[in-house]
Amino acid sequence: MVAATVRDVTDVCPLVKAAGLVKRFGPVEAVRGIDVEVRRGEAFGFLGPNGAGKSSTMRMIGCVSPRSGGELTVLGMDPDTDGARIRARLGVVPQEDNLDTELTVRQNLQVYGRYFGLSRAHLRAKAAELLEFAQLTDRADDEVDPLSGGMKRRLTIARSLVNDPDLLLLDEPTTGLDPQARHLLWDRLFRLKQSGVTLIITTHYMDEAEQLCDRLVVMNEGRIAAEGSPAELISRYSTREVLELRFPPGEQPPVEPFMDGMAERVEALPDRLLFYTADGEATLAAAHGKGLRPVSTLVRRSTLEDVFLHLTGRSLVE
Amino acid sequence: MVVELAPAGRAPSGSRAALLVVEGLWTWYRRNWRATVVSSVLQPVLYLLAMGLGFGSQVPPSEATGGQPYLVYLAPGLLVAAAVQNAAFESTYPVLSSFKWQKTYWGIIATPIGTGELVSGQLLWIAVRLAVSGAVYLAVAAVFGALTGPGVLLSLLFAVLTGMAFSAPIVAYSASVNDEGDSFSTLFRFVLLPMWLLGGTFFPISQLPAWLRPVAWLTPIWHGTELARGAAFGTWLPLPSLGHVAYLAVLVTTGVLLARWRFRRRLTR
Amino acid sequence: MARDLAEAARAARTPAPPRRALLLRVLPTGLYAGRARVLLERSALANRRAWLTLLGGFFEPLFFLFALGVGFGRLVSQVTGPDGHPMSYVAFVAPALLAASAMNGAVYDATFNIFFKYRYAKLYDAMLATPLGPVDIAVGEISWALLRGGTYAAGFLLVMAGGGLISSPWGLLALPVALLEAFAFAAVGMAATSYMRSWQDFDLVQLALIPMFLFSTTFFPLSVFPRPLQLVVECFPLYHAVEMLRGLTTGWVTPAMLGHAAYFAVMAVAGSVVAAHRFGRLLLR
Repeated sequence: MVAATVRDVTDVCPLVKAAGLVKRFGPVEAVRGIDVEVRRGEAFGFLGPNGAGKSSTMRMIGCVSPRSGGELTVLGMDPDTDGARIRARLGVVPQEDNLDTELTVRQNLQVYGRYFGLSRAHLRAKAAELLEFAQLTDRADDEVDPLSGGMKRRLTIARSLVNDPDLLLLDEPTTGLDPQARHLLWDRLFRLKQSGVTLIITTHYMDEAEQLCDRLVVMNEGRIAAEGSPAELISRYSTREVLELRFPPGEQPPVEPFMDGMAERVEALPDRLLFYTADGEATLAAAHGKGLRPVSTLVRRSTLEDVFLHLTGRSLVE
Repeated sequence: MVVELAPAGRAPSGSRAALLVVEGLWTWYRRNWRATVVSSVLQPVLYLLAMGLGFGSQVPPSEATGGQPYLVYLAPGLLVAAAVQNAAFESTYPVLSSFKWQKTYWGIIATPIGTGELVSGQLLWIAVRLAVSGAVYLAVAAVFGALTGPGVLLSLLFAVLTGMAFSAPIVAYSASVNDEGDSFSTLFRFVLLPMWLLGGTFFPISQLPAWLRPVAWLTPIWHGTELARGAAFGTWLPLPSLGHVAYLAVLVTTGVLLARWRFRRRLTR
Repeated sequence: MARDLAEAARAARTPAPPRRALLLRVLPTGLYAGRARVLLERSALANRRAWLTLLGGFFEPLFFLFALGVGFGRLVSQVTGPDGHPMSYVAFVAPALLAASAMNGAVYDATFNIFFKYRYAKLYDAMLATPLGPVDIAVGEISWALLRGGTYAAGFLLVMAGGGLISSPWGLLALPVALLEAFAFAAVGMAATSYMRSWQDFDLVQLALIPMFLFSTTFFPLSVFPRPLQLVVECFPLYHAVEMLRGLTTGWVTPAMLGHAAYFAVMAVAGSVVAAHRFGRLLLR
């Protein structure tokens, strides 16, 4: 009866609600007061560089790290008092795989399920289903150690699903994987989303955020720098197209001469200049007109990477 | 900003390459020696004190101890036993780790150094470690009056030989291990420990039941102990001693060949 | 399809109301889910293939016992027993070996094994992401160590009895005493592990274990030491275990036994409190 009420509440209320959330490690403030709401059924992303406070936030949501300040409710409950009951309904994929190397692939799923108090009979069937989902059925009785990075990652994700979680936390799910393995994982995560699982994903890959997230926040130095859907963020913080000009080492010109309306913004990276503009080809022609002779040029659509560059204060021109 | 790209690498000769491996291991050891002092140096000394002085105080000199006080009887035997134990540790986890966890061997064979030279360097380094630990042990033993004369210096040589007779085959074995080192604890318990307790270190193997003595004859520790005691007390006979040395030399050679084969298999396939 | 399965699973899952056992009532919520038993299941599964390693723990003291019988025991046939009368050397050392192996096993489990799982395998992080709390983990891991240690001790005592090395019915108490000793060492070992920074620090564990093994009247009576050293030896925890077990197997039971037992009770409680506190802080930061 109580459980049913909780479920009804979270059907309308956000699954995760944070207000002014703070995490301190001694004198270091890793998370500096963030406000976040994650709604049922959506895929929500935390985007940011290493050290932005994403993992600390995830650990607080996962109820394994007490908050230092602010408000936090997960599935309508307070992690400080209801940690175990919340964790019973979460699935967690940590940044580093922490599979049990002393057990086989199948045993990893079954034993982990036992930690949730699930019955052995139920877990036998569940493990088979999850092995199929993770495409690991033919490795079921192998050791974990010799599996490839992509397989370990899929097993970790399968493991996080053993309790049929309401909310799945994925901390950098594809870091360190090759492109093929990443696409396979993305496909699995997409299927989960289709089946109604709410996802929270951290990543520093812009393409991953664009692929997977309905809505995301950009984090930088413990704060939220922007919030919205990938398309919204791109249209709000970037231009339609980007022109990239590459120069040989030591021959890259300064940006100042080009800040006169040739593009909306110009950014200098160590090996190239980026021109933010509505029409990349036109800007390229103008650049040639100004006597620029890059070794290579590229006109492309704007991505979250550009949003990110703009937001993290590394831009030279506003 | 222009980078000069003149190749500076050289391919060293075989023996020099092995020495370069030793240099690399020494550089690591200089930063990490602390963790080995207790097991490699202090442990044998503590055993000498506990068993030689403590337990020995209860042992009357007898035929079994060659008429010597037990402390004196034990000292050369423990020198060999300690070398074998150190050899066992140095030939297992560090070797597996260089393959599996630290992967330093893979780094080394990416240079002009080959697998054969790598094996020589690794074994040479273990021999150096055994010699140094043994020398420290002898110095402490001398302070406690456990030594009879300069013959123990020869005992030290035999102790290192015995250690290597155990080390080389174990290095070959470690190069074949793929688990988290669980097989080593089996090796320590079922091979090293019985050998240590029953191989003639603490009491003559003539006390063993007759059926067990041939097993003791197979262990390097027994041959080494015979040699070390013979050298220390001047009681050795030429022919048996030659036999002991030959047996140990065969073990070393076989071990080196096996290790070279296993290293090549694992590193260059 | 996946959705159907998920719903079916949700329906099948019985959210068993957690039993409000004593621990649950005295501990802050979230530290204990009352599911430590599941860790025992995990350990049993994980060790299923490591049976040779497990068996090794049983054989180790047997090798010592054999060496005592054929070797050491013939160099020294008799020593002064706890009651002041001469006794057989083998019967003198056997209970001490039991005490030493209980210590070694417990400390090994609580230091090397725990450190590996905590620092490298990140096993406890994985467990804490589930409803399990740090107390489940501590209770589960210590129970496994004791189960294993208790089995070894029972086996060793059987061999001792078979060899006529137990001369008193008090010897039956040797098993629970060995378990208490193992628990105390495991608790202190876990507390120490929480301060370890790297494998290098484990040499300090050896530094504590080896002298204790050799000098806690394991192989020769206390009277061999000069008086100042005797006082040092009497501080070693292993000395108290040896005294207790030797007294029980030889039938020399005195009120001092209660003192020895209290020593271990204090170790067990202090070690557990420090270990639980430290690991809670380290894992849930």
